[in-house]
Amino acid sequence: MGNKQTIFTDEQLDAYQDCTFFTRKEILRLHGRYYEMAPNVVPMDYTRDPDVKLPMQLIINMPELKENPFRERIVESFSEDGEGSLSFNDFVDMFSVLSEMAPRELKAIYAFKIYDLEKTLNKLTREELTAEEITLVCEKVIEEADMDGDGKLGFADFENMISKAPDFLSTFHIRI
Amino acid sequence: KDKEEDKSKEEDSCSQQNRTSRRKNCQNKNGDGKKAGEEGSRQRGKKAPTKDQRESENKERKTNKKEKEGENKQKKDRKNSTSSASSDSSGEESLSEEELAMLMEQVEQKKKLISTMRSKPWRMVKKLSVLREAQAFVEKFEGALGKGKGKKLYAYKMIMAKKWVKFKRDFDNFKTQCIPWEMKIKEVESHFGSSVASYFIFLRWMYGVNLVLFGLIFGLVIIPEVLMGMPYGSMPRKTVPRAEQATAMDFSVLWDFEGYIKYSALFYGYYNNQRTIGWLKYRLPMAYFMVGISVFGYSLMVVIRSMARNANQSTADGDDDNFIFSWKMFTSWDYLIGNPETADNKFASITTSFKESIVDEQESNKDENIHLRRFLRVLANVLIICCLCGSGYLIYFVVKRSQTFSKMQNVGWYERNEVEIVMSLLGMFCPPLFETIAALENYHPRIGLKWQLGRIFALFLGNLYTFLLALMDDVNEKLAEEDAVKNITHWMLLGHHNSSAGNSSTATPPPLDPADVPRGPCWETTVGIEFVRLTVSDILVTYITILVGDFIRACFVRFVNYCWCWDLEAGFPSYAEFDISGNVLGLVFNQGMIWMGSFYAPGLVGINVLRLLTSMYFQCWAVMSSNVPHERVFKASKSNNFYMGLLLLILFLSLLPVAYTIMSLPPSFDCGPFSGKKRMYDVIQETIELDFPAFVAKIFSYVANPGLIIPAILLMVLAIYYLNAVSEAYQRANAELKKKMQMQREEEKNKRNKAATPNPMLQDLEDILTPNTKSESQPKQAEDKKTESPTRISPAGKQGNTTALDRSPVTGGRGAAYTLPPHVFTTQPPPMGVWAPYPGQPRPRGHPLGPFPGRGRGRPRY
Repeated sequence: MGNKQTIFTDEQLDAYQDCTFFTRKEILRLHGRYYEMAPNVVPMDYTRDPDVKLPMQLIINMPELKENPFRERIVESFSEDGEGSLSFNDFVDMFSVLSEMAPRELKAIYAFKIYDLEKTLNKLTREELTAEEITLVCEKVIEEADMDGDGKLGFADFENMISKAPDFLSTFHIRI
Repeated sequence: KDKEEDKSKEEDSCSQQNRTSRRKNCQNKNGDGKKAGEEGSRQRGKKAPTKDQRESENKERKTNKKEKEGENKQKKDRKNSTSSASSDSSGEESLSEEELAMLMEQVEQKKKLISTMRSKPWRMVKKLSVLREAQAFVEKFEGALGKGKGKKLYAYKMIMAKKWVKFKRDFDNFKTQCIPWEMKIKEVESHFGSSVASYFIFLRWMYGVNLVLFGLIFGLVIIPEVLMGMPYGSMPRKTVPRAEQATAMDFSVLWDFEGYIKYSALFYGYYNNQRTIGWLKYRLPMAYFMVGISVFGYSLMVVIRSMARNANQSTADGDDDNFIFSWKMFTSWDYLIGNPETADNKFASITTSFKESIVDEQESNKDENIHLRRFLRVLANVLIICCLCGSGYLIYFVVKRSQTFSKMQNVGWYERNEVEIVMSLLGMFCPPLFETIAALENYHPRIGLKWQLGRIFALFLGNLYTFLLALMDDVNEKLAEEDAVKNITHWMLLGHHNSSAGNSSTATPPPLDPADVPRGPCWETTVGIEFVRLTVSDILVTYITILVGDFIRACFVRFVNYCWCWDLEAGFPSYAEFDISGNVLGLVFNQGMIWMGSFYAPGLVGINVLRLLTSMYFQCWAVMSSNVPHERVFKASKSNNFYMGLLLLILFLSLLPVAYTIMSLPPSFDCGPFSGKKRMYDVIQETIELDFPAFVAKIFSYVANPGLIIPAILLMVLAIYYLNAVSEAYQRANAELKKKMQMQREEEKNKRNKAATPNPMLQDLEDILTPNTKSESQPKQAEDKKTESPTRISPAGKQGNTTALDRSPVTGGRGAAYTLPPHVFTTQPPPMGVWAPYPGQPRPRGHPLGPFPGRGRGRPRY
């Protein structure tokens, strides 16, 4: 990896910089991380856009994601085929959205994709709440956040709620 | 046909009279060289294919038509084309002003698109391709936008703009690389969550502030004095007295900041009161005074500014109690956590916080034994106030005692350092004591934490102030002593002078060796030394505490655990937690001492910079090696301004004694830059009188007139009052709006409810029907998955491919909700936002009225 020119062309790096919140160096580091996970599969040379995908199992074992209760959901949300395998593009995309620089709106969109109500709750609490408690919490969430009163938590509701959350930006990011 | 010829002729020169076609030529050249080359052959047949390559057939037809027809028509066509198909108009022969503007607008749009590409929620592949397209478009057309002569300039501008963007990006990269310890803090953050990292960020911020103060003091005071001032030994204040010279270099003496250190540029007493020094005519006393003031000025400004910034951020997320559960649900997980232990703690704390909120929700109004609780709280406060008073008295007592010790000769190490030891011990043992007492109060942990912070702060503050009062006594004593010495010195010098005058006829007396001149106690240096000692002992105690309390304990727990009767790691000693509040308060308190002491000991800031630097590395290491993450993770973002508020308070409080001494105590007569003046601030008057033209002095005297100052203060007070009133009005308006929103929401819900209730028939029907036949028209009372799914279409739909999420009910309509993946059946009944608040309303048949109003959708559960 010492010679960065062999991994990406300059145009590619520039394009990635335009499309993500990363600097050139960070993109190369991301490639390094991606490469590390499966050195046999991932080529060092990305100048010709090889079509390589890593399965979800590898991705969620990254130290950054290992402890995250939503790791499968995250990876699924960012994988193009919906199965959880990530190409390098998806991989960069994922960390770009989760980076510190990404704006709240963008994060909200992906957070909305990642979370769903009960699984979220169960994962967050490791299923230690009783049935009644979960029902109560779900009801309360809907009651609080459901602005248009349709009994569902639509994206508009979700975004509205998230936009006011004090900790969302500080917690919904991964440093890599 | 004429035009065609024209074009061919002018192709190289671009100097045609016909403005329109010239533009076209140049455009072609810029657009793509290929085309220009083809035009050289100037055949109509050939022209069409080239366009064909780049554009749709629609365009091609138009251009053919154009060439046959007159120019007027072409324009119309072109207008159509530009409005309909966006990325065109390259091969046109003429561009009217509007078209140009339109093109310009498009280019701008594309550029905007490029710059905002990173925040588009698209797949990377799509982003890349769109980006490529947009870049190509911009590249192709931006050259075409200049008019004739200005084109080159335009192109140049574009290039420069591009370069500028690139430079800015590089500069940003560079800037982020320049932030010190970013990686270290990230590492800590990923292991311990953002709350511990907030302490280190605070530490780094403090380091930055201190670095600036250090630069000010060293650059403007210490270095000029060392370089240009009179050298050591040239005068009494810069010389160690004869009596002390024998031991002045001993380590024990130096360690007490006596001896050579006391008579160095690190302390106030060393400075000379000479008005100007060196060939630069540097006004050192003036500089000393101004730096002393600007240290406070700069600190105040920085603290206030960052507080305002924090407040701006925090008001953006007002609305505290509207979304308790939603926020807990969706924002409580800290994605930075990468350590299993931290993750465990986080799970536990989230669960507890959920349970807490649930309990709050369930019995918000119930409070069983309110009398007992009140009694306990009062008791706890009484106890804590007793502790505070006791510790305050203890310190006062010790300081008094140390004054008597300081008069005695050959006192032991303990007696000399008693004050510091007692203060450090208090700082070490009182906070845990408070914590124990606070357990009586049974506050909510968040509120409890604030109380705890406030109490420790009061302890520190009380300590600091008793220390200051005792010091003040000391100073007054020194002042009295000084008067006596002054007389003696005067008399002695006089005597010396007389005797020398008697011996020799020359009027100049033989100089007395500076070490032998009797001198005053110089209370300023004493104060400075006191602060430096306190700071150094604080540093040592902090480090030793970390070493013993954290590192040795961790080693013990780790290694003795193999041969011990119970589990040390999980049981009693366990590993230490990182004490965020204590550390932050220690830092704040320490900073207050620096602010207070820096006027009398300019070197103190240097010591503090060293301290912060080492503690950054030392604490980072200690926290990573021997601490476990905190059990009660409190939010960094909210406490941040609380810390800043404490800092501001401390800054203000430390400003008071310094201002008092400057304004009302006479400086020592034989040491320091202000010696010989009645008051320290006289140096300003002196400078104004001697260095500025007369009218400045006049202006100054007017400005300093109470007649002007009082109205100014009045004006400020009024302005504050007015702004306060305005902000209150805004707040009221805000609250009003919030209430309105709430009401609207309720109304809407009511409406929905009414719409939902009249057709229980349908629900019955639904119970009977198989899931697949359900239709959209059903009132949707919060099916589990449906809570979110229908709107997931929006992000997913944009991408044009269905993601994994959408396998649930999204695409398949309502029926798909019942072919859910198995996890749904293992989870809990659906939340019923619509029904819950109105329990009195008619329910669908067969529903139990129990706590699960969402049950019984006719679907087999469990």
